[in-house]
Amino acid sequence: MSDPASAPLIAVDNLGVRLNTSRGPAQAVRGVSFALKRGETMGLVGESGCGKSVTALSLMGLLPDSAVVSGSIRLEGRELVGLSDAGYCKLRGNRISMIFQEPMTALNPMHAIGPQVAEPLRRHKNYSAAQARKEAIALLDRVGLPDAARRVDAYPHQFSGGQRQRITIAMALACEPDLLIADEPTTALDVTIQGQILDLIADLVEERGMSMILISHDLGVIAENVQRMMVMYGGTVVESGPTNEVFRRMGHPYTQGLFRARPRLGAREGTRLRTISGTVPELADLPAGCTFSDRCPLVEDRCRAALPPMVEVGPGHNVRCLRTDVSMADHVGALSA
Amino acid sequence: MSAPLTSLLDAPVAARPLPARTFWRRALRHRSFVVGGVLTLLVLASALLSLVWTPWSPYEIDIAAKLKPPSAAHWLGTDSFGRDIVSLLLAGARSTILVGIIAVSIGLTFGVCLGLIAAARRGWTEEIIMRFSDFTFAFPAVLSAIMLAAVVGPGMVTSIVAIGIFQVPTLTRLTRGSANAIWAREFVLAARAAGKGAFRITIEHVLPNILSILIVQATIQFALAILAEAALSYLGLGTQPPQPSWGRMLNDAQTLLFQSPMLAVYPGAAIAIAVLGLNLLGDGLRDLLDPRLARER
Repeated sequence: MSDPASAPLIAVDNLGVRLNTSRGPAQAVRGVSFALKRGETMGLVGESGCGKSVTALSLMGLLPDSAVVSGSIRLEGRELVGLSDAGYCKLRGNRISMIFQEPMTALNPMHAIGPQVAEPLRRHKNYSAAQARKEAIALLDRVGLPDAARRVDAYPHQFSGGQRQRITIAMALACEPDLLIADEPTTALDVTIQGQILDLIADLVEERGMSMILISHDLGVIAENVQRMMVMYGGTVVESGPTNEVFRRMGHPYTQGLFRARPRLGAREGTRLRTISGTVPELADLPAGCTFSDRCPLVEDRCRAALPPMVEVGPGHNVRCLRTDVSMADHVGALSA
Repeated sequence: MSAPLTSLLDAPVAARPLPARTFWRRALRHRSFVVGGVLTLLVLASALLSLVWTPWSPYEIDIAAKLKPPSAAHWLGTDSFGRDIVSLLLAGARSTILVGIIAVSIGLTFGVCLGLIAAARRGWTEEIIMRFSDFTFAFPAVLSAIMLAAVVGPGMVTSIVAIGIFQVPTLTRLTRGSANAIWAREFVLAARAAGKGAFRITIEHVLPNILSILIVQATIQFALAILAEAALSYLGLGTQPPQPSWGRMLNDAQTLLFQSPMLAVYPGAAIAIAVLGLNLLGDGLRDLLDPRLARER
């Protein structure tokens, strides 16, 4: 803590989350570690059910009561795992905020938007109703809601999807949090609106010096918006590193598979997308060893023996694979491929 | 969904709050709210009127004038004791409303609180509350009323309490079920992410969103309470004679159904009007209280 500028804002060490599902206990997240400095942005990529959202919710302390969290989450050195709900309530919306996937449902339909945006200010900063309202209008104006002063008393159903996402962003940013978690903030929006919302988030993150964790399954969104990225599969981080580096030299067969599976402009008509064979394993019943071993084209017997360790393949670039020699030899310059 | 296209198009621009004035303007255009309101007011007015005036005393027995058809003196005739039907109906509205309001209030207070607590705390708290409500639910209202009457003696208070207790589990279940659905919604997650505790979320997010369901259910429960009161009065456990009540009148009329069927029709119609009025009022309130439906009527 001697040097606050270089000390991490949030440090996650060996985070594990076990959920009780109807099919028995499931290890939804295992051994996730990362640290984020103030102002840094990080992307979290992976397909549905890989543990991205569970990781985000565990940072917010919003997992169901039955979930068992192990490891450590430190916000400026303060341990958050095991923090009481009342303690978390003081952090949520104040130091750590979250933007959700579905702007259509993230706002309470029974309340006008102004009070909803003003609420965190009244709670955490003890603003008076008038002050909070004024600030809410300023925030709504900042996130680009047209005619904010007049529409502050309108209800959520009177806005479009993109406008509602702007409103939830205003809500999340009201108390100027240090860390913003955006869980697929544009998945439910049109492509044209997506770009605007992502630009808005990027501007606000830069303007306020926040750190951000952006969760997405869209590699394009990640490539353009974050400095660092982590690829998750089956509850583990399979690859992490600076965004450019990861895109330039993809190390993990899963990352490569994700990249190949993206749709491309200018592809010949009738070209089929290349998919990763097999399906995502059930979290309640993961394969022993590498979680990707059942679907990996490069799998060997030793892959199935134990979870492979992270291997450093470049500066700050780590891959959880035993066969990086083969996978990376094939794949130098994935971006140009 | 029948709103004309233009109003849909300009909806985002013409976004305006819903002040009290617009509420009443919309309310007066809402047909079932108006009809329900008028019928409910009619019942309320009769009860109030009976406090200061009835054409005859509802307690006055005149055996010589029993079972008279409608006449200028007795507008709806007399019953088997020669009591004036109009006076009985007016005075009966009093006990009906009293029983309904108090019993439903008991049911709502305990039922909604328990349901909200169950939904907010989950785990074993929920389990205990729900099993307890199953336990209460397993006893028919009449049975619990008989038990209560055996302990504290029959009467209006006993029947009110018994009906109230009988309403609790229904409302607990309904509240918990609808509250659970709201707790699973993303805006509640967003509210938690904004740092709100379970109590504030319950008051600010869960309750307003299930209010319309509760209002409609409360009007149905009110109707059930009126019927239950009638049933209990029939068993001699409810309103005691000579205190008039629609339930008693109905049951007195039962033995004379072939001789003077109209004796059963009057209190029956009164109960039907009260129940119908409350249901329509509840329906209308549900529509009017929901901002999403505000624009469509």
